[in-house]
Amino acid sequence: MSAKLVVGIDLGTTHSAIALAPLEGAEARVSVLQVGQLISVGELAERPLLPSFLYFAHESEAPLALPWDAERRFAAGEYARSRGAEAPQRVISSAKSWLSYGAVDRRAGTLPLNAAADIEKISPVEASFRLLDHLNEAFRAARPEDGDLADQEVVLTVPASFDAGARDLTVEAALAAGFDRLTLLEEPQAALYAWIEQSGEAWRSQLRAGDRVLVIDIGGGTTDFSLIDAIEEDGSLALQRIAVGDHILLGGDNMDLALAHVVGQELAAQGKELDRFQLSALAHACRSAKEKLLSDAALDQVAVVLPSRGSQLLGGAIRGELRREQVERYLLEGFFPAVAATEMPKARPRAGLTQVGLPYASDAAITKHLAAFLGRHAFGNAAAAGSHSHPPTALLFNGGVLKSPVLRTRLLETLNRWLEERGAPPARVLPGEDLDLAVARGAAYYGLVRHGRGLRIRGGTARAYYVGIESPMPALPGLEPPVMALCVAPFGMEEGTHAALPPQELFVVVGELVNFRFFGSTTRRADQAGSVLERWSPQELQELPPIELILPPAGRAPGEVVAVQLQASITAIGTLKLEAIAQAPLTPDERWQIELSVRHGATSGV
Amino acid sequence: MTVTSLSLPSRIWISWVATFRIWFDVKFAARVAELCEGAAGSLPAPSPVPSAAAAVQPAVAEPASSANGALQLLSLLQREGRFLDFVEQDVTAFTDADIGAAARLVHEGCRRAVHAHARVVSVRSETEGTQLTLEQASADVKLVGNLAGSAPFRGVLRHRGWRVEDLTLPTLIGTRDPKLVAAAELELP
Repeated sequence: MSAKLVVGIDLGTTHSAIALAPLEGAEARVSVLQVGQLISVGELAERPLLPSFLYFAHESEAPLALPWDAERRFAAGEYARSRGAEAPQRVISSAKSWLSYGAVDRRAGTLPLNAAADIEKISPVEASFRLLDHLNEAFRAARPEDGDLADQEVVLTVPASFDAGARDLTVEAALAAGFDRLTLLEEPQAALYAWIEQSGEAWRSQLRAGDRVLVIDIGGGTTDFSLIDAIEEDGSLALQRIAVGDHILLGGDNMDLALAHVVGQELAAQGKELDRFQLSALAHACRSAKEKLLSDAALDQVAVVLPSRGSQLLGGAIRGELRREQVERYLLEGFFPAVAATEMPKARPRAGLTQVGLPYASDAAITKHLAAFLGRHAFGNAAAAGSHSHPPTALLFNGGVLKSPVLRTRLLETLNRWLEERGAPPARVLPGEDLDLAVARGAAYYGLVRHGRGLRIRGGTARAYYVGIESPMPALPGLEPPVMALCVAPFGMEEGTHAALPPQELFVVVGELVNFRFFGSTTRRADQAGSVLERWSPQELQELPPIELILPPAGRAPGEVVAVQLQASITAIGTLKLEAIAQAPLTPDERWQIELSVRHGATSGV
Repeated sequence: MTVTSLSLPSRIWISWVATFRIWFDVKFAARVAELCEGAAGSLPAPSPVPSAAAAVQPAVAEPASSANGALQLLSLLQREGRFLDFVEQDVTAFTDADIGAAARLVHEGCRRAVHAHARVVSVRSETEGTQLTLEQASADVKLVGNLAGSAPFRGVLRHRGWRVEDLTLPTLIGTRDPKLVAAAELELP
């Protein structure tokens, strides 16, 4: 069956959305699918966003019936989120952040984190699968004439900062949901496609060759930066993604929690202790109070009222307030301080013994993360940036947090001050709409672009990848042998291409599991497959979860040492594939696939 | 079925064959009996009337479903905006500040609930308090005051009116009791 639609799916940390575009017809029409979901037990409503939450029913509860499954024992979406405060041990949130966290086995049952004893925990991959599967069910219910999402072409977005392993795991979840006509797309690129789609042909007059677009995407749980250049090629305009930022676990939810903490402390000082339910209600109340203060400059404070939990509404309510001065101090100065372009985010040393938890950004100042990103990729602060000292000329905002004009203004003013210091003209803002839905819409539009209907952003992979190899030097007691980094995949590899075979040979023992240390770099653009680095700064190369290889003894004696070369290729989906190719093949083209995204910790060099 | 297109000779032939089958084939006889009964039932009501009856039927069933809709709306307003808690409480003993604080909560939640499920628009777009001429009496505009004479009616717009353009209540699934608008809550320690 040939696909009738391209489907853009934004599988977000806090919300997911799905947009559709018909493949037939001259017009590129993108529409957002209303996602049917439980909003309470036995009540189904359609919403443009599916909260990325899963709830597991207790045995005392009736099934969480859906029109297509009367016996279901879990729910995805609005109801699952609302149960988050009422029964937190039964709710999974932020599954996506766990997908990119190499310190846990992302295929093992780890979620919900502090699950009640009767719950069979599931892996971050399965949690992502269940959210995708719910989107598919909602699609089938809404458009029975179009069959299944598996019959359509699916473009699934991932943060630009996802490394090869996290991309692989996302694909694993999507393939489990049956989406085998799949392509990955970076979220900031999707936001730019959405802007192009929405401005029609007018975008060509707003973006000229030589422009460099900075995309700032701040969602509920993550912050993502990208730089995309408009270049002239054969007389026409082309777009090329130049750089992506690090994975920053920092978003709107952190901001609401910070404000709730401030108001909660004031209440505690007045002798009003809050329980878990009230704290969660406080975060909600602070979010809406914050939105009011940020959108109405005439307001000085907004009352924050926490209702009593009983049926007597009056009398038991706890009343506090959120003041403008607090929003400015904690939100603007805490998350968006007007820092110098040279200021770097503080790295907090990790405690020796930490509870299992997500590696949240240790510095909340998003502007410092932005300064570090631009320092590496646009302002030429870092030595490795080389010729890429080219400040941004345009700015595109994305993500729910940036619906607030005050926050957008603060970011724009900060950026423009940095530009002014460098003698560069101020950046223009590209007016985006629908900041919650742009990524899904842009993904669907990209599906059309792949069929030749629009301009494609090129750029290939956002990282160069390296394998750690031990230096050939005599062992010294108490000293670890120095590790060198062998580049196996250069920066900017396009889908469906192979990297050159690095000349270096690695030796692998047949039948034994071998781990390689694995590194990625967003800054080293010149390295080719085969380049060897003897030393590097922590900013240049980031260590990723290790990769592993096991050579099955088929045809070879266990214990035999085989010389292999590592070859990288980018699949049609957009994931990195690493293969070990035998130097002296037993059979023609003897090769073995290397497993990415293995759990951190079990390292042994080669 | 294009029954009317059968010619007289073929109808005679059918009646001849059918007679024998009715005598010897019990099942066939039962089906013919069923057909005759059905035909008898529809005889006094020729074709246009059954379709009209079908159109009337949902209207008959509506009281129950619209009551369900009202119960559902109450449930939504309670869940999002503590509406029933507010209405059911005796507020006489409380200060305006207490009531005001509660009203904010109820206002915010109920507003969210209404906006999520309905699109409410003004009937008239003119500013309240301004002069308005109504060319013809209409159910959209209630005339008040010195009600005499005939159209056109000139007067001052006192209230713009409200109209629900779009109402989409959540779909009910399963055997939920619609009258249970808010379950009691028991917190386990």
